[in-house]
Amino acid sequence: MTLATQQAPGHDIALVDLLDRLLAGGVVITGEITISLADVDLVHVSLRALISSVSTLVEP
Amino acid sequence: MADALVYLYAVTDADHPEPAVDAGVDGAPVRRLVAGGLAAFVSSVDPVRFSEEALRRSLEDLQWLETTARAHHAVVDAVARGGPVAPVRFATVYLDDDRVRDLLAERGAAFAAALDRVRGRVEWGVKGFAVPSAAPAEPDAAPGAGPGASYLARRLAERNRAAKGQEEALAAAEAVHRELAAAAAASRRYPAQDPRLTGRREEMVLNAAYLVADDGPLRRVVEQHADGPVQLELTGPWAPYSFATLEEQ
Repeated sequence: MTLATQQAPGHDIALVDLLDRLLAGGVVITGEITISLADVDLVHVSLRALISSVSTLVEP
Repeated sequence: MADALVYLYAVTDADHPEPAVDAGVDGAPVRRLVAGGLAAFVSSVDPVRFSEEALRRSLEDLQWLETTARAHHAVVDAVARGGPVAPVRFATVYLDDDRVRDLLAERGAAFAAALDRVRGRVEWGVKGFAVPSAAPAEPDAAPGAGPGASYLARRLAERNRAAKGQEEALAAAEAVHRELAAAAAASRRYPAQDPRLTGRREEMVLNAAYLVADDGPLRRVVEQHADGPVQLELTGPWAPYSFATLEEQ
């Protein structure tokens, strides 16, 4: 199984490409007015989860 | 039961058209909040599932992550079709609507500047993979060398070739990036994706995003390098996730 599917216009977007942007891009709002995950390295946490899931799927 | 929390997707001009999207994260309807000449697109979400603690746990759950990321993206993408948008980092949650309105009022100038930077522009992604080098020429064994020595010579030549190939691919990727960046209003590099996630054997040597008004020049650069040492893949158009940043106040 691979998480990277080829992207046709408006159709399947590879999750890995989407996560590059969602987890490392976008406006980061810091301050007391938000429930903050600002101190959480989203990329690290999520990619660790992804990779361990993929490894589980790939290995017999 | 505690009050719902407010999940924030993106900020736009106040008069931004209604996005064509049925639901956002967790199946929640998407609403608009307006303050200070800006609009925020939000959903009311469950206070337990979207608490800080629950989010930290959920981020490690691949199924939740994929479903929620795609739902988040569906909203941002729909909003982006209507005009300039400043997408907000995934999993940004507020205690209530008023706090989102406070944000719009307090950071209004910075959001307006961010929207102006992306106005009329979209993001394209370019990934580059090192093209595996051609079959090796059989290295000449040193005259009089025994079978052990020629085996070692072959292994060494193979390893040198692989290292040289990678070096060349990385250098070529840098050159391609400079050309792509010259064809764009802004660019941003991402770390190479893990090969376990790309599902490809070739090494990723470029992972970048480019902000452009017209994708023609970008496509031409990609086409010009079609037979080069780096295989390029274009993705997009994306909402300007990589370029919506607030200047420090």
